[in-house]
Amino acid sequence: MGDGKDDQGTSGLKNYSEETLLMLAVRDDRDKRAFAKLFAHFGPRLKGVAMRGGLSSGQAEDVVQDVMLTIWRKAHMFDPSRAQVSSWIYQIARNRQVDVLRKENRPLPEALKAPSEDAEEDAGQVLALEQEVSALKQALAKLKPAQREMVEKAYLGELSHTDIEAETGLPLGTIKSRIRLGLEKLRHELDGIRKS
Amino acid sequence: MTIKHHIPDALLLDYASGRLSEPFALVVATHVSMCDECRARLEAHEITGGALIEADDGAELSGGLLDNVMAQLDDPVEEAPVYQRSGIFPAPVMEALKGRPPKWKPLGRGVRQQILRRSESGSVRLLYIPPGLDVPDHTHGGLELTLVLQGAFSDEGGRFGVGDVEVADDDVEHQPVAEKGDPCICLAATDSALKFNSLVPKLLQPIFRI
Repeated sequence: MGDGKDDQGTSGLKNYSEETLLMLAVRDDRDKRAFAKLFAHFGPRLKGVAMRGGLSSGQAEDVVQDVMLTIWRKAHMFDPSRAQVSSWIYQIARNRQVDVLRKENRPLPEALKAPSEDAEEDAGQVLALEQEVSALKQALAKLKPAQREMVEKAYLGELSHTDIEAETGLPLGTIKSRIRLGLEKLRHELDGIRKS
Repeated sequence: MTIKHHIPDALLLDYASGRLSEPFALVVATHVSMCDECRARLEAHEITGGALIEADDGAELSGGLLDNVMAQLDDPVEEAPVYQRSGIFPAPVMEALKGRPPKWKPLGRGVRQQILRRSESGSVRLLYIPPGLDVPDHTHGGLELTLVLQGAFSDEGGRFGVGDVEVADDDVEHQPVAEKGDPCICLAATDSALKFNSLVPKLLQPIFRI
């Protein structure tokens, strides 16, 4: 990784989302200014969703702090062809919230190989994922308010109790097809990582 | 390894959002460690969660929070131990075992178990079933997830081989039979005690904490 970027890899960079570029600067150059910009972007959003997930303002700020420090410390794990900065933040934030609210440790799946151990970062894969995600965001934005609320509740809602039998009944029609396309891409990517 | 029985989508979402209690979350994390298809579906859920964070209006942060975080960037970090897969046990199981091999406790008829976690919200254990043996007919008060790590078993729900997970709901009566060949080793989570449909196992239940 790093100095091994080929022409194809760098030519795609200008089309990456701003958050992805900032995260790559943190990962590859340990760039603190880029980190501060990520903090400014995600910090308030993260606090907002943590409070909606049932945390007090103080607890939510603790989560913001922990999550952002984790992003800095585990930056080498960031793989833009499989995850967005925001999905990574989502995963870490939910772990922290489980810890704060239920005093439980959420078991995590075995990590796949870190991206730095792979050959080249394929700019095409990164862009394909970003396009997929922006299509997903549009589908989310088109939901009716009540549907949107249900989706938010499912992903960002309270987690102080376990409600495993509840049917989610999400209005995921359009979103599901988006996820499915994203899935297919992710799955091929995973196959590639496994086989390499 | 061809996995035929996967984690249902609603459970994957409950895992992604953190709503699933630890015993079930361990089974999901272990299955995802073995199944690229479910890993891809999980990551798609996490991307959706991330997109919702992106779209949030946000809440104002206290002044000084950024400075506080920036000041900690260069602090030395104590690394948590990272567990690796060992033999048939994927990393999340090794973490629950704290890196040591299981300490099996006999349950009779050659069946053995090790409880990994037990709390109000349920329990999760490793089960060892000798080849060809049937596990007593039982029902559940809630949800049971059983993931095969070695060997295979069959019951009313079909055949379950390595990587397959059986989801048994309320009031499902089933009688799993281990296949001949290797002993069947499973990771099983329940949210209540199993109820066996015959008197003797029922009497033993408090003793063995099944």
